[in-house]
Amino acid sequence: MSDRLSVLKTYKLYVGGKFPRSESGRVYEVTDSKGKWLANAPLSSRKDARDAVVAARKAFGGWSGATAYNRGQILYRVAEMLEGRKDQFVREVADAEGLSRAKAAVVVEAAIDRWVWYAGWTDKIAQVVGGANPVAGPFFNLSTPEPTGVVAIVAPRESSFLGLVSVVAPVIATGNTAVVIASEKAPLPALSLGEVLATSDLPGGVVNVLSGKAAEIAAPLAAHQDVNAIDLTGADQELARELEIAAADNLKRVLRPQAVDGEDFTADPGTHRLTAFLETKTVWHPTGSLGASGSAY
Amino acid sequence: MTKFEYAPAPESRSVVDIAPSYGLFIDGEFTEAADGKVFKTVSPASEEVLSEVAQAGAEDVDRAVQAARKAFEKWSALPGAERAKYLFRIARIIQERSRELAVLETLDNGKPIKETRDADLPLVAAHFFYYAGWADKLDHAGFGRRTTEGHSGANPRPLGVAGQVIPWNFPLLMLAWKIAPALATGNTVVLKPAETTPLSALFFADICRQAGLPKGVVNILPGYGDAGAALVEHGGVNKVAFTGSTAVGKAIARQVAGTRKKLTLELGGKGANIVFDDAPIDQAVEGIVTGIFFNQGQVCCAGSRLLVQESIQDELLDALKRRLSTLRLGDPLDKNTDIGAINSAEQLARIKALAETGEAEGAERWSPACELPSSGYWFAPTLFTNVTQAHTIARDEIFGPVLSVLTFRTPDEAVAKANNSQYGLSAGIWTEKGSRILAVANKLRAGVVWANTFNKFDPTSPFGGYKESGFGREGGRHGLEAYLDV
Repeated sequence: MSDRLSVLKTYKLYVGGKFPRSESGRVYEVTDSKGKWLANAPLSSRKDARDAVVAARKAFGGWSGATAYNRGQILYRVAEMLEGRKDQFVREVADAEGLSRAKAAVVVEAAIDRWVWYAGWTDKIAQVVGGANPVAGPFFNLSTPEPTGVVAIVAPRESSFLGLVSVVAPVIATGNTAVVIASEKAPLPALSLGEVLATSDLPGGVVNVLSGKAAEIAAPLAAHQDVNAIDLTGADQELARELEIAAADNLKRVLRPQAVDGEDFTADPGTHRLTAFLETKTVWHPTGSLGASGSAY
Repeated sequence: MTKFEYAPAPESRSVVDIAPSYGLFIDGEFTEAADGKVFKTVSPASEEVLSEVAQAGAEDVDRAVQAARKAFEKWSALPGAERAKYLFRIARIIQERSRELAVLETLDNGKPIKETRDADLPLVAAHFFYYAGWADKLDHAGFGRRTTEGHSGANPRPLGVAGQVIPWNFPLLMLAWKIAPALATGNTVVLKPAETTPLSALFFADICRQAGLPKGVVNILPGYGDAGAALVEHGGVNKVAFTGSTAVGKAIARQVAGTRKKLTLELGGKGANIVFDDAPIDQAVEGIVTGIFFNQGQVCCAGSRLLVQESIQDELLDALKRRLSTLRLGDPLDKNTDIGAINSAEQLARIKALAETGEAEGAERWSPACELPSSGYWFAPTLFTNVTQAHTIARDEIFGPVLSVLTFRTPDEAVAKANNSQYGLSAGIWTEKGSRILAVANKLRAGVVWANTFNKFDPTSPFGGYKESGFGREGGRHGLEAYLDV
């Protein structure tokens, strides 16, 4: 071991593909599970939240318009980039969640595999939840899922990385863009994920990561008229209720937090997080009635 | 040109027997309201009182929810095939009694018999027939696998008691959209019909009796908004389904916040009907007329904004005006009637006020020469030109026979204008160019897009909105999700 003094990283937000500090200039102290100082993370303001929504909206047209194949390739690229930086995330998750290196490695590997799982879903979900409808008339009728739009995500409080990936990946897999509020007490893996996303060909603004007080940042997002949906997974019961009330103002789609003991992110994720932020569009067109007179041959 | 007059061709009222009074339908029995309140339901075409109906209050809501809770145990435990057979029975009885129900609906709602007979009733029966078939096939509907929260596992489970609040524009059809999927999936139901159109729901209660449906599986509570709010609020309700105005939908969303109640909302709209310069004009004119004058425009997915390409504006509007001049407004029971009565005095006042706002803001108003009956609630088909996106009549849902005409030059502009709305329920596209249909349909933020047609419905076809037109889908496999614990 050398005596070399290590170079610390200034953790920054990830908004619109860039790494700004909070416009407020505020930071808060992030410690490991034993109280040891790890970093000063940006304490995001409501202005940061609004800026993130602008970035997410700007990115929505391109990302939702990209081919599902392309989105799948990019999500897979995220897994590739993470694999290469696994050691860093194992260290950060171990610090954040008080896990041993071995246990943290299991968590990080599961998170990498989750990106792979959702990468594969991008060009399959439409066939699973959409399709032709056999209407009783001479019409072609097709239902197709489409992304809801800009989704605000209150990321899980405890599962700072696997939980985070489990809520972000399904939202963007289908073409939504996201504003994510990282775990308040353990935001560093989320902020580092921003660095991975920035180098994975993911267009800027598709995922925007904010750190700070969940209640402070989530409130303006829940009330924001240009946010289409909100995932309350990381909100406690009282906050979730307040946010759901605010979200009713423009009828955001709301994914409520699950049972009190929280969600088991190691389990098979299923498809409900994909479908929670999809709209169904049904298109009709007359078919005409060629050969209706009965002499096809 | 010689004009041939139509002789009156009224459908007979004798096919329906309306009792002088009706009770609430709770636990398989007709019963008075706890506080004894009643209200009158009138025919909007004549203002004649049709019947006096018990008015549900909070206490009745509680009684109905208890009945539904109790019925839920056995109903949800029935084999799907048995539930299916009840629903098939209901579908068949509706078909048998469809003329009676069509006349009843026309009397209570004011819409033309042509529509209740040829659209509402066939769709009502079809909806029950469709969902009947799902009842024993839920394991195959693709909702089975949700393992993360110890929920459904392999077999999707019903939610429990569904509280359903429906509007007056398609009273029996909205009932079918709500009750058929709820029962097929094993839920029990407390349904509140609208205060201006309670009768067909009460006749449906009688159909449940004829079908031998177990007591408490379906409960019908005629009443006003307070009964609806009490139903939404009730702790024994697991699922809330509402069709109606966006304002009430938002209030309901706030009410259920923080609960485990599952919510679906089908709300307002301001559908854009886009006509490109290569559209088949005659078909487009028919589609525009269907889009905004079907059911007097009291349709959430009405094509209430006509977006016409500038180069064909004059030609299209001339043809449209010619066509509107041939529409027949009058007795809804007359088989030749195209335009019936507005459902209530209140709705008529709202339409009048918005039309006046349209004029006051500078849009140009036009209606064909059209004589309105002296009693009842009537509004002539109306068209506004010189409308801009900033006008109230281009933004607010009028829910009446009022069409706002806007123009565009390029497809991009048409899409931008179509999407410039808080709503996102329906849209129409008229063009002979296939790739343009697909490109435009792809860009429209609306739940239903009709290309070279309009206002088509089918039980297999999911229906519902984007944005503030609500969430969740009714119809098709998608419609099951709202009533399953998935």
